[in-house]
Amino acid sequence: MNSTIEKVILLNGGKELQEQTSKALSAFEGKRSEVIPMLQAVQNEIGYLPEEAIREIADLIGMPESKVYGTATFYSQFYFSPRGERTVKVCLGTACHVRGGMLVMEALEREMGIKSGETTEDFKFSLERVNCVGSCALAPVVMVDDDVFGRVESKEAKEVLKQSDPEV
Amino acid sequence: MTQKFDRIEKEAREAWEKSENSNTPHIYIGCATCGNATGAQSVVKTIKNKLDEKNIDAVVKEVGCIGMCFAEVLVDVIKPGHPRISYHGVTPETAEEIVESYLVNDDHRPDLALGYFGEGGPDDVEHIESGDVFKNQRRVILKNCGIIDPENINEYIVHGGYRGLAEIIGRKQEEIIDILKDSGLRGRGGAGFPTGRKWESCLRPQADQKYVICNADEGDPGAFMDRSVLEGDPHSVIEGMIIAGYAIGSSKGYFYVRAEYPLAIKRLRKAIEQAKEKNLLGDNILGSDFSFDLEIFQGAGAFVCGESTALVMSIEGNRGWPKPLPRPRTTEEGLWGKPTLLNNVKTFSVVPQILSNGADWFKDIGTEGSPGTAVFALTGKIKRSGLIEVPMGIELGKIIREIGGGILDDKKFKAVQTGGPSGGCLPEDKLDLAVDFDTLVKAGSMMGSGGMVVIDESTCMVDVARYFLDFTFEESCGQCVPCRQGTQQMLEVLNDICEGRGREGDIEHLLELGDSIIKGSICGLGQTAPNPVLSTVQYFRDEYEAHIKDKACPALVCKNLIIFQIDEEKCSACGRCRKACPVEAISGEKKVPHKIDQSKCTKCGICFSECPERFSAVERLTGKEKLAAVSGKEG
Amino acid sequence: MLKLNINGLEIEVEKGTTVLEAAEKAGIYIPTLCYHPDLPTFGGCRVCMVDADSKIVTACRAPVTDGMVVKTDTEDVRKLRLTNVELILASHNQDCQSCSRNNSCKLQEVSAFVGINPERMKRIRRSVEEVPVDVSNPFFHRDHTKCILCGICIRTCEEINGVEAIDFAFRGFHTRVSVLGDKPLKDSKCESCGECLVRCPTGSLFLAEPEFPEREVESVCTYCGVGCGIKLGVRGEKVVKVTGNKDNTVNRGDLCVKGRFGFDFINHPDRLTTPLVKKNGKFEETSWDEALDFIADKMSDIKAKHGADALAAISSARCTTEENYLFQKLMRSMGTNNIDHCARL
Repeated sequence: MNSTIEKVILLNGGKELQEQTSKALSAFEGKRSEVIPMLQAVQNEIGYLPEEAIREIADLIGMPESKVYGTATFYSQFYFSPRGERTVKVCLGTACHVRGGMLVMEALEREMGIKSGETTEDFKFSLERVNCVGSCALAPVVMVDDDVFGRVESKEAKEVLKQSDPEV
Repeated sequence: MTQKFDRIEKEAREAWEKSENSNTPHIYIGCATCGNATGAQSVVKTIKNKLDEKNIDAVVKEVGCIGMCFAEVLVDVIKPGHPRISYHGVTPETAEEIVESYLVNDDHRPDLALGYFGEGGPDDVEHIESGDVFKNQRRVILKNCGIIDPENINEYIVHGGYRGLAEIIGRKQEEIIDILKDSGLRGRGGAGFPTGRKWESCLRPQADQKYVICNADEGDPGAFMDRSVLEGDPHSVIEGMIIAGYAIGSSKGYFYVRAEYPLAIKRLRKAIEQAKEKNLLGDNILGSDFSFDLEIFQGAGAFVCGESTALVMSIEGNRGWPKPLPRPRTTEEGLWGKPTLLNNVKTFSVVPQILSNGADWFKDIGTEGSPGTAVFALTGKIKRSGLIEVPMGIELGKIIREIGGGILDDKKFKAVQTGGPSGGCLPEDKLDLAVDFDTLVKAGSMMGSGGMVVIDESTCMVDVARYFLDFTFEESCGQCVPCRQGTQQMLEVLNDICEGRGREGDIEHLLELGDSIIKGSICGLGQTAPNPVLSTVQYFRDEYEAHIKDKACPALVCKNLIIFQIDEEKCSACGRCRKACPVEAISGEKKVPHKIDQSKCTKCGICFSECPERFSAVERLTGKEKLAAVSGKEG
Repeated sequence: MLKLNINGLEIEVEKGTTVLEAAEKAGIYIPTLCYHPDLPTFGGCRVCMVDADSKIVTACRAPVTDGMVVKTDTEDVRKLRLTNVELILASHNQDCQSCSRNNSCKLQEVSAFVGINPERMKRIRRSVEEVPVDVSNPFFHRDHTKCILCGICIRTCEEINGVEAIDFAFRGFHTRVSVLGDKPLKDSKCESCGECLVRCPTGSLFLAEPEFPEREVESVCTYCGVGCGIKLGVRGEKVVKVTGNKDNTVNRGDLCVKGRFGFDFINHPDRLTTPLVKKNGKFEETSWDEALDFIADKMSDIKAKHGADALAAISSARCTTEENYLFQKLMRSMGTNNIDHCARL
């Protein structure tokens, strides 16, 4: 079994998840203004926001769990299911769009066999669109985690993935 | 207060001079996000290694973005007694060469140099400040970006920083606000509300607590001005906020920064620490009764949080829903129900200079109605992409032709988009317009926070409108019907038009929807969301009509309206397109001209870019008749 | 008092009155969807927009100012309202005939008022987001395709019942009323009081087994001593629905899950309709007279043999306060204080 999947199952098993949540939330006082920082801390630790963690944040702050969920789902930063080891971000800011970013996105979707916003079955990659990473002179831009690929052409989609993971 | 500051300044100057005047070369590397994206970090590493290897004593500084993104990675070298020479497009390989040639052998390598700053540079290298890029600019907000080390407070102080703060502490709050009112400064976030008046309306209410918030949740998908300022000159924004705190009587400030800006956040944290160490921030600033603290709040990704009430909701842990009218102003009842002053990054960062140089100095720049400068992220189909700062009132065309160097690949200019998703597209005959808040609005666009995207003939205007509507559709908060449902409806109509299902009457439908969304929406996001559509209909209606009536995309962009075809005469059967095609839609063999199977083709365009320019055999066709002809030939 | 002019009618209202309330006072209809008189305003549906002093405002939120001139039917207002309703309909389930709120739907009412024009509707691109109906709750279900995101259910849960089981989740066009984790309602803190159901302006929240009564009978809920006023909806000889009686001062129309949904016992075949007396180890049906005589005899017996304190009585929370009073009085008159009540459990 793939190690990532194993890890995810282990996480969903509960115990480790609970420990990670407690660790992420240990520095907070439970103030109302800490809702978003707490969600960010949990996601930094776990990679997404499991339901149990949202419930714990709700308890700590004394806010209804439905409202914490409502807040979390409002912001595009938050994920509610496990993500791939690496995230491929296709910039579709205005400059990248007019320079053909969408074609690059389509090529990556084709190569990875998933749509934007999804994660590959082996949990290696997640694919998403982002708005302006501030490297407009390099448009169109693709980022794999923090590695930036500039002036990407759609035919180079495979190359980008290969460079990020030799097994691809 | 100034006495205490004089001492701080003296210390800073001594520390700085010690390093500057030392007989060692200084190397500045542009290490903002844009520079790092281009490989600045590996250049830094290479240079440091090379210096070690050659045993050269030199100061290496990671600075912010000077704005010449087209020339990244930028490495500037100052050898004692020489002006600052700027090298562009530096790679680890050329970095080694520069160290070797210039520092070791005294060859300044004109072949690698972009130019020099200051006086007395070598003849074979261009003087950057008098070149096209810089001569039309007026750097006020960006004056330190790319020049100083943003992680060293002393450099900011030596360049005049915190002087403005030191001078106002002890003065009457009204006096400070009067200077701002007199300067005519208008908020740089987009709408251009007079800053002095905003501060005044926040000073008036009595409250046990007031808040100052810096909106650094830069949301325009084609812009990065605020990020560059935070990365390149964080202290200027911090100083502006402290001054605001003093002027309105607040002791607590928040930076609301996009979480996608990790470097900006890191630099801000460091800057806040340094300012605290020097007693410029924190308790009893410069020994006075005034205390002010700053906290960073990371935005979690919602464009609507640029709206003040939504931003406040978000800090309070809620969905970022703007509050519908009638409601009290944020300056009266904002965060936690307390008076709250909210300004953009650039607004805060220019305040210290206005206070230390005076209102008249500021009024001398720009126009009467819009004094000062405008910062733009100049991008798109332009030769010199980058971050620029120009005096208000400059001719739009001058920015594009001179600073930007014209259109990429010498194609034909079509439009310039400003104001991002709230703005509009202006055609060629508007290029003589003056860039200021009011003129752009009159022409159907707006200043916005500073995105300026240049569009050429190969860009479809309907597709551009659809792009922005897709953005606002995704970012609409969902609270009110006109914006939630209206942007979705507009997007559906635009999708139909771009995909060949446009109907007679769709343009009128779009215009009517636009009117209703503008008038009916709760907040600025909805009230401006239709602008990209309205302005493209206004100036490029023929493109809409071509899509609807002839099912043609004149710019050859909209996939459903074009086909790719190989011109048999031109095809040399090299096989490159056939091998590159991801769906095996191209057939042919050696010496047999290739052919595209239209039923398999996904129109990804790879064959088009793969076909060597000397053949240019792959062509795109559009329009009912042409498409029919091709399918007829096939059938 | 503030004076204002609505569509030419001069009226006076108290300070703090909204334009909508003032119009109601003047007998002028302003369409609304997200407004509910029991709840704080929301201001999201934008169909109550009117012209107040030449500015477009939402009538539900805008306070009346002295001398205000309100026009509720200008061309601009008509157009804005019409477009808004058209846009709501664009993503609304169109199956009105089979909807339990057919003829009592607020969206139908407002659509009729603004005048939906089939020719104009042809231009509209329809897209209803497919979300399965949540049938997890045994009493009422949620059909997202009929939800207009007015937020009345959410505000009800917060303001009326204080449970806050639901909130808006996601964003923009994908906004949805949801519980934690976008789960079925039964997996949430929802107490099934059904207050949201009664306030839902459309058929998005609907009874699991909707039956329309032929007539209504006023009554008092028998579940506890609060004594909420109810209206029993009767069809044939069966009670098919319970609604809270708004005119009742005890509950002003509000009900809990038991009072609103727990009425199936009324017509249940297992329900006791005559007293039972155990004879030879088996319960047998008997008359009230015989049963009461039996009790009186036994109690007198016990009291004579073992004293009054050998007697104890338990009454029911389902009785009225008066009945419980009489019951304890009866027991005390028999000489014992051994009286208890199931509601203290």
